[in-house]
Amino acid sequence: MIWGKRLAALVLATALLLPLVPLAVWSFARGWRFPDLLPQAWSLRAWAYTFGDISGALGAFWQTTLIACATTVIAMAVGVPAGRALGLARFGGKAMVYLLVLAPVIVPGIATALGLHAVFLRLGLTGSVSGVVLVHLVPVLPYVILVSASLFANYNLDYERQARSLGASAWQAFWQVTRPQVAPGLVVAALFAFLVSWSQYILTLLIGSGQVQTLPLLLFSFASSGRNDIAGALAILYILPGILILLASSRHLAAGTATLGRT
Amino acid sequence: MTDRVRVALLLAPALVILGGLFLGGLGVAALRSFGYMPILGLTEPNLDAYRTILTDTALWQSLGLSLYIAGTSTLISAVLAVAAALLIRSIGPGRRALTFLFQLNLTMPHLVGAIGVLLLLSQSGSFARLAFAAGLIERPGEFPALVYDRASIGIIVQYIWKELPFIGVIVLANMRGLGTAYENAARSLGASRWQAVRHVLLPMILPGTAAASAIVFAFVFGAYEIPALLGTHFPQALPVLAYDTFTDPDLTRRPEAMAMAMLITAVSALLIWAYMRLLRVGAR
Repeated sequence: MIWGKRLAALVLATALLLPLVPLAVWSFARGWRFPDLLPQAWSLRAWAYTFGDISGALGAFWQTTLIACATTVIAMAVGVPAGRALGLARFGGKAMVYLLVLAPVIVPGIATALGLHAVFLRLGLTGSVSGVVLVHLVPVLPYVILVSASLFANYNLDYERQARSLGASAWQAFWQVTRPQVAPGLVVAALFAFLVSWSQYILTLLIGSGQVQTLPLLLFSFASSGRNDIAGALAILYILPGILILLASSRHLAAGTATLGRT
Repeated sequence: MTDRVRVALLLAPALVILGGLFLGGLGVAALRSFGYMPILGLTEPNLDAYRTILTDTALWQSLGLSLYIAGTSTLISAVLAVAAALLIRSIGPGRRALTFLFQLNLTMPHLVGAIGVLLLLSQSGSFARLAFAAGLIERPGEFPALVYDRASIGIIVQYIWKELPFIGVIVLANMRGLGTAYENAARSLGASRWQAVRHVLLPMILPGTAAASAIVFAFVFGAYEIPALLGTHFPQALPVLAYDTFTDPDLTRRPEAMAMAMLITAVSALLIWAYMRLLRVGAR
């Protein structure tokens, strides 16, 4: 029985890592034709190409980073206050607000983005970074609101009331009493909000009109044109921020991961 | 400042942005699906786009394909996720490592998994090479088609790889919240270990698992890049068909793309309803 469980655990762990293996091997392969189990020769060519000027990968990397950072900053600025209200206050129409926040998580982005494309075209926002940031808010903002609402729902307002009764202003009570307690959870929320934007494909493709080149768009085009070595290197580059974020936040993960899978 | 004003001020910026982008986007898509485009002088709403797509067998095949991919991926992911959560809960050493692998997987974009699956399962991929080494095949073409295939095996495999950990993390959190007191009570009343899991634990984690599955189904049903990379040219998954129709050089086909967007939205509206019902049941 115990050996059966260990075997099952081993199979599960292998399956979780398996798709990453050929990506890593391909990125160092020089010619790897069927039916060779390993490349004929090893090379850093795909990596040199990736970091060189022609591939556009570094530009795309920074572009993706810029878009994800801008989206996260806006989403945190407006999403955390909303999450606080949703998590702590009781008010009429709360179910409707919850529905409006939940709906963009479930309705596929392509449906919203096809309509937004027409509006953004009128406003001159298609093909621009700001247009892409705006459309990324559709999945990212609900994520921030839902995660911070669940953070605040577990927060005891009495601490803030005590600070107020001792003479603190509303802002002082929030900044000096509440903020230090919710900060770790909010940092994790921000890091995972970054990843939600980082992973977007179809929203960027539609609203960016092919002029805003992000890492996933570049990765898709190399993968679909059969350049497995470069796709492998780009894929490794593409998953690095997620791994770093996980290592940085694994202590506080409970709040973040449950709603994340929608990336 | 009254509490009501305070709450309204806290909510207003987020709701304005979200309402504007989400409801605005869907609203415009709906108007265009009825052929309402004042710029082109089309001010008479009509049902032509819906008539065109609903009488096209390609649309029904795409809808069927997307429902099949989403249903199969969700069902297999949910069953395996519950099994994996039970496994992780019951093993001592290795529990933290497996939990970490689940979390690691959550940070991975779907596209990366799709390319990995492509390199593993294609007819010249890793498994085909292993089959050759084992003497099972002599040419790539003899390896069964697992990507770009009618059964969408590659697509479903990639979704299971991504969604099993997603549902699994939720089930694990759910189990941790419940603790072992209920199962211990059942055991002390004479239930076997399996009976305690089957009749006590599983019914309690079912609503949360089903709600997570509704999110997964909606996501898989509406996702573009995975079927675009791993799917057949015909039939296409519904989101791929909608995108291709939208980017058709013939601009008069755009209302058809919008009508498909409305169809996708209608299916996900059903799932929102299911999700909210399930969680209310779960809260009771």
